[in-house]
Amino acid sequence: MSIVIETPNSPRTRSQANLEKYGWVFMRISGPFLIVLIFVHLISNLVVPDGGIKAIDFAFVAGKWAAPFWQWWDLAMLWLALIHGTNGMRTVVNDYTEKEGVRKTLVFSLWGVCSALILLGTLVIFTFDPCPAGAAAELLPSFCPAVQ
Amino acid sequence: MVDDVKVIAEVPSFTVTLMVRRYDPEVSEEVKWVDYEVTVYGTDRVLDALHKIKWEIDGSLTFRRSCAHGVCGSDAMRINGRNRLACKTLIKDLDITQPIYVEPIKGLAVEKDLVVNMEPFYKAYRDINPFLIANDKPEKERLQSPEDRARFDDTTKCILCAACTTSCPVFWTDGQYFGPAAIVNAHRFIFDSRDEGAEVRLDILNDKEGVWRCRTTFNCTEACPRGIQVTKAIAEVKQAILKGRP
Ligand code: SF4
Ligand code: FES
Repeated sequence: MSIVIETPNSPRTRSQANLEKYGWVFMRISGPFLIVLIFVHLISNLVVPDGGIKAIDFAFVAGKWAAPFWQWWDLAMLWLALIHGTNGMRTVVNDYTEKEGVRKTLVFSLWGVCSALILLGTLVIFTFDPCPAGAAAELLPSFCPAVQ
Repeated sequence: MVDDVKVIAEVPSFTVTLMVRRYDPEVSEEVKWVDYEVTVYGTDRVLDALHKIKWEIDGSLTFRRSCAHGVCGSDAMRINGRNRLACKTLIKDLDITQPIYVEPIKGLAVEKDLVVNMEPFYKAYRDINPFLIANDKPEKERLQSPEDRARFDDTTKCILCAACTTSCPVFWTDGQYFGPAAIVNAHRFIFDSRDEGAEVRLDILNDKEGVWRCRTTFNCTEACPRGIQVTKAIAEVKQAILKGRP
């Protein structure tokens, strides 16, 4: 004969399922990735080229984005940094806003700005063309065939 | 004969000023800082000074205390900006050239002077099921190896003083957060090999107001008068939730 002992108090009513756990894990995984991504970015832009920081110009960026490797590198950096940063800001908002309406508005605008920036950034990285065909020659950088 | 009697030197005493945050809704809604000058000894604790004020200067001063020896957890308060037990804080260890500031713990509603409403704190504690959950009939001892016992030894020391929870900046602004003390007490059962309710508790703490609210500020670890590694316990519960088991 076995007796089942009931729990002495009623279970807590749970608030609905939430993504906090995944948010937490995302922060911890994207963090180390961002450190590598950002430092390689800084070193390759500011330290490696001759002339250091003064060497950065339109041509330099155009040259970098001609290589798929840097396109994908920058894309990863863009997405991870923006989501990481926005999620961090969301946390701060959750911690420090007192009115539910204000909190919702702020969190909503944060994700709005974040997605707009991600969208624009992604678009620029993949459609970037330093020498668009049919553009006026004086608007183009010196290395474009139309200028030379 | 008289020569044999050692003259016991007088115990040195000194004067300190205590600034106490007073609030009595029956008299006025106003909160005010009141200073008291008391003569104390090197062995006196802040609690003794508060007793002196209550017994000799102003009987209306209100605070909780019971054991006076760091066991019951009644007298957690904010002393010079840090949460501590008044009965475990020696006055001589504080900077006595300055007034000593004493105020109620933060984040819980003040009822009178240093007394706060502890109900939200206890509610969070009750919500994590702070009791052994085991389905077999308790007809014999539930044995446990010393290693298994050591696994949760640290969190058995909690005296529910609320010093940790009320030192947490997340709790200050979000009273819904379970708070470190509830998580510490959940940890005590989650990692107990005799307990069978770990999953239930992990599920409860996976809540929006559960462990993920913790920002690893370490205020709780610093505040705990029992020296419990509170932040570590919270981290272990987080890991257990990720793994799905203790
Ligand atoms: S963990 Fe420490 S500070 Fe928190 S309630 Fe328990 S004894 Fe007090
Ligand atoms: S009075 Fe009991 S812990 Fe301080």
